[in-house]
Amino acid sequence: MLQIKNLHASVNGKEILKGINLTVNDGELHAVMGTNGAGKSTLSNVIVGNPAYEVTEGEIIYNGKNLLEMTPEERAHEGIFLSFQQPVEIPGVSMVNFMRAALNAKRKHQGLEPLAAGDFLKLMREKRKIVELDSKLANRSVNEGFSGGEKKRNEIFQMAMLEPTFSILDETDSGLDVDALRIVAEGFNKLRTPETSAMVITHYQRLLDYLKPDIIHVLIDGRIIKTGGPELALEIDKRGFDWIKEEEGL
Amino acid sequence: MSAEQQYIELYQQCREMLCHHSAPALNALRQQAFEDFLRQGFPTRKVERYKYTDVAEAFAPNYGLNLNRLHIPVNPYDAFKCDVPNLSTSLYFMINDQFNEKAKPSVALPEGVIVGSLKEAAEQHADLIEKYYGTLARTHKDAINALNTMLVQDGLLVYVPKGIIVERPIQVVNILRSDVDLMVNRRVLVILEEGAQAKLLFCDHAVDDRDFLTTQVTEVFVGENAHLELYELEETHTKNHRFSNLYADQARYSTAVLDSITLHNGITRNRTDLTLSGEYAETTLNGLVIADKQQRVDNNTLIDHRAANCQSHELYKYVLDDQATCAFAGRVLVREGAQKTTSQETNANLVGSKEARMYTQPMLEIYADDVKCSHGSTVGQLGDQALFYMRQRGIPLEEARMLLKFAFASDVLHTIQLEALRDRLHYLVDKRFRGELNKCEGCKLCK
Repeated sequence: MLQIKNLHASVNGKEILKGINLTVNDGELHAVMGTNGAGKSTLSNVIVGNPAYEVTEGEIIYNGKNLLEMTPEERAHEGIFLSFQQPVEIPGVSMVNFMRAALNAKRKHQGLEPLAAGDFLKLMREKRKIVELDSKLANRSVNEGFSGGEKKRNEIFQMAMLEPTFSILDETDSGLDVDALRIVAEGFNKLRTPETSAMVITHYQRLLDYLKPDIIHVLIDGRIIKTGGPELALEIDKRGFDWIKEEEGL
Repeated sequence: MSAEQQYIELYQQCREMLCHHSAPALNALRQQAFEDFLRQGFPTRKVERYKYTDVAEAFAPNYGLNLNRLHIPVNPYDAFKCDVPNLSTSLYFMINDQFNEKAKPSVALPEGVIVGSLKEAAEQHADLIEKYYGTLARTHKDAINALNTMLVQDGLLVYVPKGIIVERPIQVVNILRSDVDLMVNRRVLVILEEGAQAKLLFCDHAVDDRDFLTTQVTEVFVGENAHLELYELEETHTKNHRFSNLYADQARYSTAVLDSITLHNGITRNRTDLTLSGEYAETTLNGLVIADKQQRVDNNTLIDHRAANCQSHELYKYVLDDQATCAFAGRVLVREGAQKTTSQETNANLVGSKEARMYTQPMLEIYADDVKCSHGSTVGQLGDQALFYMRQRGIPLEEARMLLKFAFASDVLHTIQLEALRDRLHYLVDKRFRGELNKCEGCKLCK
């Protein structure tokens, strides 16, 4: 589904990613772990096409298409979704209008008619339940005045609405209490299918206990230095990253 | 020849014709206004209040004037098809500076209320007009007031007697209509006596693809305990030049909401001069400007707190694009003795291109020592983070920009108390951002 080959990327002229190679197959869930500043968020931003990040080398192939040639909105239409580490507040734009614009843009890309108002609101109601999002929040401005937990639940709600094929959860667990973490993780699990894949970026095992990833990558200083099964995450939770660095001679 | 000369000559040559087609109460101030104009000439850009608009340049071309009051054949309902909102208003029309007597609403106004030609009112109710006319818009300090007063022949009167509440909003559509380039001098008098209430909506439209130059001087009197809402909406074209001076005086316990919205225009200068002369008066002054191409909008406001215990709230928002050049200068003056004044002034501007220019100047002058006042202004661009967030969800860049601009403007729209107007403006602003304004059947100008 997603192949990343020798990816180099920089921000403000500083190289952050120094040759990433990664393949995600249909139905797989990958976790990317690593120290602060290792490049985890850069990787997710580059995949979704954030213009603040510059790709200097390498390629990303998604379902046979060159992702790097596409605008962020085209990537979204192709089924790529990012649950933001810090969801952006947009005062004055209601969740309803925001979601309708997003969904209808995707439908247009698929050659479908815009969803009728009644059907759209019905869909909003259905999907809201997945993450127990209050109906009042849906009528407010995007993320404005939402608590940290509500913002993250709102990300998963949007994911439910847009039904992406490849999702990235960028530190979705940061700032969440135990209950909110469970709701978000369970919501995400309900949306998984054998045809969809995902990448979860996290520092902690707690989220992975819920999500049960298939493959764990360790990202240090812009490179993936180790890849393993779920047991690798447990080991990192116990011992940290230093032993891996030593093992790899860093 | 200086730009003033043609107006001086015009007055000297046509004084009799001007007077003949007007009313004694209006003629009474003409000669003094002429002398004031002669003495002042047009203000240069060195005059602080006119810093951002070149008046002489706008008045230099040779415009026609309809001094002989020739009948202009027009069916307002036909001419003004496209954006007529079905607001359940009492709908009236002004063709240039003439009140249209034929097109009147079927629902009668409450007894004693007058909405009609200023000239006619000046003939029939001379006492009323003499009492108010020219008392706020003084000619000795402002050349536009002087020019308007010396050339004006007609206009609009809205009069609501003591204690009368006009429930139905009164909408006056000003239609600029001409086969030649035309100058229009329009005068508006709004009088709400003690305890009276009214909601007014003035809409400016231009139906012909001609250069128009309008001077409009409006005097508004809000009596004790009276309540006024006055919404002005300009939706003209790029060849229109609007010079509007609005003066309002609020007596004690009165409340007023003044909204000025420039949706589409050429060159616009709006001076709004509000005086809180009685205690416990409250005023809300809002503005929204959407300008692109080479449009120019200059809003110059003064809120004069003369009495104690008054409140004023001012919010102006601008959205600029292309090569638009706009200005906001808002002065709030809290005089000695105006204790317990509460005043907020905010100007926020969104500048969407490198060529667009915004000049902003919030001013606060306080001569009392027990007041709560704030003023501030911002100029900025659309947030990159918000744009990217929306694009990640699949919303195309242009659509995302539009949603954000609309969100920015909607603050001002929320302050509109007429629900139907607010909804209608949401629709019009949305259309404006999509570049679809004026693209409708019935309008001669589809640009």
